[in-house]
Amino acid sequence: MKFSGFVLTFILFVALSVTTHAQVKTVKKAAHRSLGAAMAGGKKVYTAICLACHMADGGGVPNMNPPLIQTTYVLGDKKALIKIVLNGFKEDVEINGQKFSNNMTPHNDLKDQEIADVLTYVRHSFGNKASSITTAEVKKVRASSNL
Amino acid sequence: MKMKKMHVLLLPVYAVVGLLVFNARKSAVDVPVSNNQSVTSNANIDNAGLKLAPGFSAVALAENLGSPRHLVVTPQGDIYVHLANAKNGKGILVLHDDGAKASLKTSLATFGGTGIGIKNGYLYYSNNTEVYRFKLNDKEEVIDPAHPERIVKGLVGKRMHEAKAITLDNEGYVYVNIGAYSNICSDYDKHDGKGCPVLDSAAGIWRFKADQLDQTYSDGIRYATGLRNVVGITWNQQNNQLFAMQHGRDALHDLFPQYFTVHQSAELPSECMFALKNGDNAGWPYVYYDWIQHKNMLGPEYGGDGKKEADPKYINPVAAYPGHYAPDGLLFYTGNQFPEKYKNGAFIAFHGSWNRAPEPQAGYCVVFQQFKDGKPDGQWEVFADNFAGSAAKTSPGAAEHRPCGLAQGPDGSLYVTDDQHGTLYKITYKK
Repeated sequence: MKFSGFVLTFILFVALSVTTHAQVKTVKKAAHRSLGAAMAGGKKVYTAICLACHMADGGGVPNMNPPLIQTTYVLGDKKALIKIVLNGFKEDVEINGQKFSNNMTPHNDLKDQEIADVLTYVRHSFGNKASSITTAEVKKVRASSNL
Repeated sequence: MKMKKMHVLLLPVYAVVGLLVFNARKSAVDVPVSNNQSVTSNANIDNAGLKLAPGFSAVALAENLGSPRHLVVTPQGDIYVHLANAKNGKGILVLHDDGAKASLKTSLATFGGTGIGIKNGYLYYSNNTEVYRFKLNDKEEVIDPAHPERIVKGLVGKRMHEAKAITLDNEGYVYVNIGAYSNICSDYDKHDGKGCPVLDSAAGIWRFKADQLDQTYSDGIRYATGLRNVVGITWNQQNNQLFAMQHGRDALHDLFPQYFTVHQSAELPSECMFALKNGDNAGWPYVYYDWIQHKNMLGPEYGGDGKKEADPKYINPVAAYPGHYAPDGLLFYTGNQFPEKYKNGAFIAFHGSWNRAPEPQAGYCVVFQQFKDGKPDGQWEVFADNFAGSAAKTSPGAAEHRPCGLAQGPDGSLYVTDDQHGTLYKITYKK
């Protein structure tokens, strides 16, 4: 009886700790989307929206659509990058001596999460290594530019 | 003893390996031999990497010219090549065809551009907002390179589709393409019944007098409208009519996945050949042409669904080609060097696609379209291929070469520019 009591206590303890652990994990997931989840979501958005112009390898199209590989537009200021997705892009852009002439249409119909994911994906793909972009950051830029 | 036995057992393996090695060596030796055999029948070393219709051969007259776009060849064998971007401060190269090679005679003009043409003793050329001309002497050489005359000024150039392709007729007019600064006008058309505002000053071909200086929009006429962007443009001498190749719209699937599959979006809409008359409307952005259904269709931005047909007031193309091939050069062949079927037919330089992704890209070739009695006759065929270098390199970033401009030489040879790596090809025919 004494032994089975110990076993019961032990099982209860394990069960409890697992539950607690799982709860902690859920809370954490909501606050900080894991890189794996952002990359998976980002790839989906990239394939559906961005790939047609920026190509599967992020190389873009000479004279028309800018590359997303190792450019200050992608690796630099996060706010400016988020704004490009929200507002589109109709300015002259010169990267490594090459000019790109096609206009990018605004993508403000995408959700904050989708924009955060796709920009995180772009900043972690094609040889790029830059920090992730969060939903909160996208929300803030969208609010400040009334989009 | 044991070793010996093993060797005996392995004998067949040795035989097979030996045979393989022998064959590999043999085929390595064979390669140049078989190449030589194909060369003798083709009369040229490797056709500068191109794959050509039987009986034709090609040479690279010049390489690394920069970004050569359109060009003209004079009866004296001088070649005026317009560069997209000025090189060493000059936008037009003047080469001379020495047979197998071309030598640089001089360079002219302070800016790059696409359009160029010769008519009635003048060399006409354009940048993204203006048209200029130089007077030529009786050897078709520029007399005063420091003083071009400006014929047209103030045209719309807003980055996208801003290159101004030009051509000249026999009545003293110059035709200028002014491309739409938008894919499909969705960023400008408010759908308030007023239509697409881009059409007022772009997305059409304007006509100006060829000999009047400093003309603006108000001095010209909008000759044909509803053309998204035209780069291949020429005056057909047999019909005495303007012909133009339209670059079709992009992103049918991306914008309307409910109506168009990824594959349909790669093949559609057609790249169109139009025979144009004054006042024609080709329908951009309201319609697009479907070469698979052979029908002009209502665009999805204006209520179309891939099945509804367009209003018949918009003209149909005279010939249609697969989507996104990007026709950048158009030439009607009037020479005597090529076989009879080529006479008065059209050569089209397809620069090569980018908007077929994620499907493989395509184009990167020169196509021939036979004509009969001034109309396209039968199926088009690939005339010169492999500009990209291989199937794996058939993409805008990886392609070794991309055909752009076409011109006919005095002996009937065909000249092709490549604006990717600056090669100038000459294609000739020998029976």
